[in-house]
Amino acid sequence: MLKISKLTKRYGSGDPVLKELDLTVEGDQLTSVIGSSGAGKSTLLRCINRLVEPTSGSINLNGTEFTTLSRGELRIARRRIGMVFQSFNLIDRLTVMENVQSGRLGYISTWAALTRRYPREDIRHAYELMERVGIAHYADRRADELSGGERQRVGVVRALMQRPEILLADEPTASLDPKTSEQIMSLLRDLASELKLPVIINIHNVTEAKEYSDRIVGMRYGRIIFDDLPGKLDKPEMDEIYAGVPAMDRAEVGAVA
Amino acid sequence: MNTQRSTWRKPSFIKNPVLRYGIYAALTLYVVITLATLPIDWARVSDGMQRAQRIFNGAFPPNFERSGLLIDGFLESLKIAILATVGGIALSVPLAFMAARNISIKPIYFLGRGIIIVARSFHPVIVAIIFVKAVGFGPFAGALTLVVYSIGFVAKLLAERIEEIDFGQVEAMRSVGAGFLSTLIYAVVPQIMPRLVGLGIYQLDSNLRASAVVGIVGAGGIGATLANAFGRYDYDFALAITMVIVGVILISEAVSGFIRKRIA
Repeated sequence: MLKISKLTKRYGSGDPVLKELDLTVEGDQLTSVIGSSGAGKSTLLRCINRLVEPTSGSINLNGTEFTTLSRGELRIARRRIGMVFQSFNLIDRLTVMENVQSGRLGYISTWAALTRRYPREDIRHAYELMERVGIAHYADRRADELSGGERQRVGVVRALMQRPEILLADEPTASLDPKTSEQIMSLLRDLASELKLPVIINIHNVTEAKEYSDRIVGMRYGRIIFDDLPGKLDKPEMDEIYAGVPAMDRAEVGAVA
Repeated sequence: MNTQRSTWRKPSFIKNPVLRYGIYAALTLYVVITLATLPIDWARVSDGMQRAQRIFNGAFPPNFERSGLLIDGFLESLKIAILATVGGIALSVPLAFMAARNISIKPIYFLGRGIIIVARSFHPVIVAIIFVKAVGFGPFAGALTLVVYSIGFVAKLLAERIEEIDFGQVEAMRSVGAGFLSTLIYAVVPQIMPRLVGLGIYQLDSNLRASAVVGIVGAGGIGATLANAFGRYDYDFALAITMVIVGVILISEAVSGFIRKRIA
């Protein structure tokens, strides 16, 4: 269970990006976070594994308080949180297998990492996961030879190699075409239930968010102003989340973003 | 009726006309005075012309009789260049990581930058003079000189490449809980590898050229052979050496250019 309470993040001396935000995610539900650009979605996700340092508040994952960890402890704790990125963040010049195994870098020695001597168990697990998402035949190919959807699958497998307790996805489909985007969304949904893994997704595409999530969180100016089932997200709620964006453009915003 | 203006001139760079013409006048005055007071001794110039004439007369035709000496000198230069390139790169890689703002912490960054600035601030000939004093005449001094020269160039450009990397990959490695060295090996090294190989090949070529120059102040290699030939008034042999140096540099530039184009 991930329990975030009174999380505040302030860059410099300006207005906080996150304002005493509370959020609890548990079970194997897929939670989508929506909100216009600048609402603080990405900051929220990055505060959870402290890629961005929170200013104050508490982040607790299955009993571990993340905000007070030392650097060394944080490194160990980060192994428990998987992350998928909008621009995939794969190592382009390395093979798919090396990219997938890089998800285990928190566990293996620097020497093993340098010489690419991965544990047998990790290799077996990697093939299993790659088989599951349909990229096993690309194991020896360079990551930059793959298409966008295939590359994001590598990104997902890399995160799953950590055997994470929670998966964070920062706009995982924003660089993909609509069809591939839906495939990745349904993959994330299926994996959430297969692996009993809670998943938090930042997403711009409201239509996809409603279709694939178990729960939708709407953010505006660093606060959560909507938190309910996808079915409850109607026009008035949308207007509030995306205030400033004309309602007529909504469908377009959903389709394009 | 047309009331629009039909003339337009580009606004002057210096708006104020008094200031503008003042600056023009001052510059003209300076050039005139400088030219008028140049300490050129025309008698010495014409003497020098005659001496140059004698040297050229003595140099033609080039003399390849002592080609054994020439080849030995070149092989020594080549060894100096290879040794200096390998040593220089080995030292440049860690230095570049130290001197990359996005990777290292402030004190280490300033230390790395400082070492690179020192390595860059002296011309190889000056460094060679110091090393010749320190370790004596010969190729060892030349190799040490070119190690310093390589660091100044390779470490600086490599550090700049590291600062340009796609930081998302570093972020991804941090998010999986990778250690510092593992993060560098996976997220940074693959990104800078093509540049490192390119710099290495260029530096080998550059060191070969520079080894001819530092040899003149006593740091071994073909430069030493050339300096000796001049010292003994063997102008024909000196011309032969010069021609071979130009030829070898042309070849090495062509080869390194070809390789760098292929790996880019």
